[in-house]
Parts: sequence; C-alpha cells; structure tokens
Amino acid sequence: MMAKSKASKAQLAELFRSFIDPEFVITDEETLKPYECDGLAMYRQLPLIVVLPETVEQVQRVMRICHEHEVPVVARGAGTGLSAGAMPHKEGVVLSLAKFDRILGIDPLSRTARLQPGVRNLAISEQAAPYGLYYGPDPSSQIACTIGGNVAENAGGVHCLKYGLTVNNLLSAEVITAEGERVTLGSDGLDSCGMDLLALLTGSEGLLGVVTEVTVKLLPIPEVARVIMAGFASIEKAGDAVGGVINHGIIPGGLEMMDSPAIIAADDFCGAGYPREAKALLLCEIDGTEEEVSEHIAEAEALFRELGATSIRTSKNEQERALLWKGRKSAFPAVGRISPDYYCMDGTIPRRYLAKVLVEMEQVSKEFGLLVANVFHAGDGNLHPLILFDANVPGEFEKAEAFGSKILELCVAVGGCITGEHGVGVEKIRQMAVQFNEQELQQFHNVKAAFDPQGILNPGKGVPTLKFCQEYRSLEHKQHRHEQQGAHHG
Amino acid sequence: MAEQINLLQEQVQHARSNSRRLNIVGGGTKAFMGRTADPDADKLSLAGHTGIVEYHPVELVLTVRAGTTLKEIEAVLAEQGQCLHFEPPRFGEASTIGGTLACNLSGPARPWAGSVRDQVLGIRLLNGKGEHLRFGGQVMKNVAGYDVSRLQAGAMGTLGVITEISMKVMPKPAATLTLVQDMAMEEAVRYMNRRAGEPKPVTGACWVDGKVYLRLSGARSAVEATAEKWQGSVMGDGEQCWRQIQDMKHNFFGDKNAPLWRFSVGSAANLPVLDGQWMMDWAGAQRWYRGQAALSDLEPMAQAAGGQVSLFSGGDRTGEVIHSQPEALKVIQRRVKQSFDPDRLFNPGRLYSWL
Repeated sequence: MMAKSKASKAQLAELFRSFIDPEFVITDEETLKPYECDGLAMYRQLPLIVVLPETVEQVQRVMRICHEHEVPVVARGAGTGLSAGAMPHKEGVVLSLAKFDRILGIDPLSRTARLQPGVRNLAISEQAAPYGLYYGPDPSSQIACTIGGNVAENAGGVHCLKYGLTVNNLLSAEVITAEGERVTLGSDGLDSCGMDLLALLTGSEGLLGVVTEVTVKLLPIPEVARVIMAGFASIEKAGDAVGGVINHGIIPGGLEMMDSPAIIAADDFCGAGYPREAKALLLCEIDGTEEEVSEHIAEAEALFRELGATSIRTSKNEQERALLWKGRKSAFPAVGRISPDYYCMDGTIPRRYLAKVLVEMEQVSKEFGLLVANVFHAGDGNLHPLILFDANVPGEFEKAEAFGSKILELCVAVGGCITGEHGVGVEKIRQMAVQFNEQELQQFHNVKAAFDPQGILNPGKGVPTLKFCQEYRSLEHKQHRHEQQGAHHG
Repeated sequence: MAEQINLLQEQVQHARSNSRRLNIVGGGTKAFMGRTADPDADKLSLAGHTGIVEYHPVELVLTVRAGTTLKEIEAVLAEQGQCLHFEPPRFGEASTIGGTLACNLSGPARPWAGSVRDQVLGIRLLNGKGEHLRFGGQVMKNVAGYDVSRLQAGAMGTLGVITEISMKVMPKPAATLTLVQDMAMEEAVRYMNRRAGEPKPVTGACWVDGKVYLRLSGARSAVEATAEKWQGSVMGDGEQCWRQIQDMKHNFFGDKNAPLWRFSVGSAANLPVLDGQWMMDWAGAQRWYRGQAALSDLEPMAQAAGGQVSLFSGGDRTGEVIHSQPEALKVIQRRVKQSFDPDRLFNPGRLYSWL
C-alpha cells in the first residue's frame, strides 16, 4: 500500500510550475472537473492536480517529483477508456499527455510510424494512407482514442482475429519509469534481446510506466474488402456459421455478430437494411487481393447458405460496404436511443460457448428485470453485452452493475476472461479475484513492485489487493449461502 | 499429469530448500543457445511433460504441455489443415514448444504471421516458490492482469518453468509458391521491403548466396496472379528451401562451431557489410553474419540500424552473448527475476551473467 504523499498540493503545484507553463498546472476545481473520469462516467474522482507537460524531459521531472514525494500519478490520454482506468486519485496528479500529439515520422519502406502517445489511432492510418499503408488495431473509439492509451489497454477492435492486438503491432515504446528513468523497450527490429518487457508493459493499464513515444508497424492497405451480411434464425446457427468459415480455412478481416435487439436498434438508427426478423446477424468481411476476395466471398456465401442463413447480402462497392458496417459501428449510440442509459460490458469466451453464454445471459436478464443487447466480435469471442437501465431510477445502476458482474463470472466459468479489450481499471477489480487465485495476484503485485517499488503509478487499478480479494470472496460466499438458504426455504 | 506437476513442484521446492540451482531442459536441442549452462545446476527435465491438453480447431486455439515436441504438435494440427503460423525452427526431432517460447524462436513467416510470442495466449508456470500459476487464457483477447505469458518469450527459462502453453493456430495456406532472382545484398534490402509493402500474399522474403527468394501463400488464385505480375522465376523445390531456412539446415548455417551472429534490426536499415558471410531473412529484419567479431564491436552497428545483436551460436559462450542492456533496464530485469524467482533457482546466468 502506498504511503501518504509527503508534499502538499500547494508545494507540488509550485514545484511543477517551476518547469511547466503555469497555465498547464491545473489546481482549481472548475478546471479539474473535466478530468474527473474517463469514458466510464459512473466512476468519478477529482484529482489533486492536473499537469500537461510539453516535453519528455518535463514528464521525467514530474515523475521524479512524484517519486520523491510518493504522490500517485495517473497518466491519461483522451480518456476514452471504459473501465475507469484513468480515473484520478484524490491525492494524486493526473499526467495528461494531450500535448504529445505529433506523428514524428512515417517510414514507408520499413512500414513503421514513430508517434507521440497523444496521436489519435485513426490519425495514424490517415497519415499512412498516401503510402498505401495503415495501422491494424482499430478500437471502436479510434476517432478519439490515442495510441498511448491503446498501449496501456492493449486495445483491439474488429481486425484482431487476423491482424492482432496492439501488442502484436508494436515495435518499441519509450517509457518513463516510476523512478523517472527514460528507457526504450523493444527496438525497430521485430524482437529484442532478453525479457520481453514491451509485452509486459502493453495492457498494463498505466501501472508500470508512462509511455512517451511508440513505434508501430504499418500494414499494406488490402486491395479490396467486401462484407457479407448474413441473417440467421438463431444465435446457435450464426455461431455455427462463424465456426464454419474458420474451419474452411478462411480468416476474415472482421467477423461481427449482433443479436435481435441490437439489429433492430441499429437498423432504426441508420437504415442499414438489416434483416429485422433475424435473431442473429453476422457481418463477415473478407479482405486481400482481388482474386483472393472473390474466391473467399463465394465460398463463405455458399457456406452461410448451407448453414441456414435466412438472408444474405454482399457489398458490391465501397459505399455499400460502409453502409453495412455503419449499423455495427453505431450500434452503441443506437442502443442509447432506446434506453436512457446502457452499461457496456466486455468479456471474452471460447467461441464454442457462444450460444450457451447468450442463453444464460438471457436468463440472468430476466432475473434482474433489465434488457440486454449484444454486439460482439464473433471472430475472437469478445462479447460486448449492453445492459439497458435508467440511472434516474434509484438502485438501477447497482442492478446493472451486479448483472454485469454475473456476465463476467459466466465468461470465466466457460474458460474465458473478464476483459477482452477494455481493461480492468476500477470497474472489474472485484472480478480479478474470480479469474485469478491469490498466488497469481501476488505474482502480479511482485511484477508491479519490480517497476514501481513505491506503488505510485495508477494505484488502486488493475490488480486488487489481497485483503480486498479476501473480503470480496467472503462476501460472495455469504451471499451465495444466503441465496441457497433462500431457495431452500422458499 | 497432476502427478508430473507434483514431481516438478517437489524438485523446485527441494532445490529451494537445499540451495541448489536448476537447469530447465526440454528436448535439449537448444543447449547451444544463451550462455553456457551452470555446470553445477541440477537438471529439471520437462521431456516427459507432454501431450495436447485441449484442441478445438474451430477456436484456432491449442493448449499443450510444454515438453510436447513440435513434431507431435505439427502432426496433430496438420490433420485439421492447420499449422503453427510462426514456423518454429526445429533443431531436432526432440525440439519442444516450451523451449521454442523460452528462446523466442520463429521462422521465415515471422514478419507476416507474428512470432511465437505473438501467438501465445496463456501459460501455466511454476515460479521459484514452486507455485503453479496460470496467466492469460485460451481466448484471443485477454487483458486482465499483466502479460506474464509473453514475458517468457526470450527469458530463456530464467523466470520459471513453463508447464503449459495455449496458443493461436491458423489454417494452412491453400497454395504456396516461391519466386527467385539474382540480386546484390543492398538492392535486395530495398526490393524485399518494397514488395512487403504491397498488398500481396507475401509470407517469406530472404536473401542468400546472391539470390532473393519471395514466398507467396494464400488462396491459389491470389498466389498465381501475384507470381505472374512480379518478376522472378518460380522455384521448383521452394518448400524444401524454406524448410531448410526455417530449421537452420541451409548450407549457410553449415559449420555449427563457427560464431553465428544474429542482427535483429529495422528491416530496411543499412548495416555495414563486414567481411564474412551474410544472409537476410524477414525482409531484412533478421540478418545473419558468420564471421569473427567481438560483441562490443557489433553492438554500435546494430544500434545504428535500430536494433540489437546477439551471438546466436558458436564462439565463446562463457562471456555475454546478447546485446548489453542500459543500467535502468538491468535494474528492472533483476527485479523482475527476483519477483518470480527470489532464490535464483532457474537457469542462472543463462541469459546474462548478471541475472
């Protein structure tokens, strides 16, 4: 556990103002307000101070000061995270990297881009496009989220099955350690000697270091991409179709599924022409050379028909492809229109349990009296159930949260994981005790201590303390016993 | 198999209580790599810890015990038309998957298919306290906790005993074809990188003996159309040639005792051409140099090319054999080692003299 800060707010602010433009050392409540949460607005906390350094040397000095005075530091990009991973610490500093937004260089021949951490994900592909290149990982928030945050969360997206996650598309990262050392993990080569600290850093949710520069791989833009939209009369049939395509040896560039509530909400929202009567919809994108795409599209269409698709439509041109994707990409706001609030979960399961998990989820939905719409990355088993609720109804958010916990535990029970791409943050810290035992959690703590002996980087996130886990497990146990007794007696 | 884990666990605990050190050995085919193993250490053998734990071809995920041979894995996958996409080098029949991960070894497809590290989804590991821990999982996306699984790639067993690995597998390409043409080394660097930047089904690009080889794999129509468009003659025994490169059985790797240096650098980087023999793989990102040199002389060259160098095989293996580390990273790696293996039981000094 971290000791209490050895410096006051005023002292810290003065120290920071000695080398950062005073305008970018924020201490007043009104200006601190926009930093109190990330994309998961249910969790809020005002920080002590926000700083917006402009150079790597300044970041280094901020870290040295915080290390010396044992002040918590929460690094922050665009704040689009969905697990409260960038929620501030009330006695800590928010280190915003918003000013580090430059693309430092694109090398078309070696197909790499050097980036500051505040560069938006989509901007990388936009800048690389004139060279016929793009950046693979495409989280749904790519228009706003930054590459530094992508590294912290090991962000994924629609392309992951074929093109991998952030960790697979990263060559190196320059990092400022908790002690203020400037180090480079990885290199321009495809691997480096010794322990793979770059892999360890990726997805570590800002608990191991502050990223100040990254070099990423770029990929050639495929010659052509076409998408098949296939409607099915049941989730099981759609699930079989996913397996069918993969078993056939085709790895789609994107393979997404939506359930009935999501299909209708998305179609209402943008008129994509989705089959509204379908119980499940697959969007299967094939990309590659002209020849490959023609060959695979024909094979996949035939397979879907064979496996019981009730409707099939394949994009003829880029406009139609964009329209078919539009519904999927706007599914979240579309669901937002049919419910005052929604809570987006993120869990991963082995694909073969898709139908089982969805059926059980429907059961839990009835128990809680809350509707759920499902949009997910069928290719890699990453579910995004959207739990619909009304925050104005007292107790409903808590109900939604409890429902979400059940879903995550269901994912773990079938061999999956409590988070596929959103991170643990504060939101899922309790479920870490479901996925990992105490020895494993202790090992995580030991790894953390290797990078951050004082525990100043993003404390309270990612890995729960063992004491917390024991309390949580004991609470769960009591609840479980109580439920069982209730069932017995009544 | 639980019994085997118990035996391994007992061995670790015995070593711990008796201040012994352990030399982790799978098939023993990679003994030549890293620094010379501690002669006083006891052998901890994974050779009997074999077998497929779970394999669902539709999931594209294989879970296997660490001592399982690549040969067995490849045979099981082939029955389902699948493969290890990263094309692990097979240094002998006994080469295991655990050793492949610990040494971070990947073959010619690496720039396109990813490395062994990239394919790993989860592991089970015995740490220095003898605790059998599970990290990661069997799903493609898993960001809960630190990525301890991928951390093992290249750690050469210094952090613990990998007992089980879950990894992504992929369908075998429907068709493969190799194009070959004469080319000087400098031109070949540019050529391979230019080709790799085109949206065509390239899965191999290497240069050896004055010839550049490009491998195309994927849908038959795409492979044939690309071959027709690009220059070069189609090689009859292409697959054989790539297998030799993958397993390092190509003539270039002939003399096993002569020093073989490996440069992992920016793929299009300029690297001074020293006297000796050269070979380039991974479109230029992996360069092999056969010749007498000192690590300290090669390091600045590698660094200028954006990467690192190591003495892959042969030469003096009692000194340092891999690129030196800056002090701050040494500190972190020592602490990471300490966090997994507080009594320094596993493969002491195999990676660096100071670890």
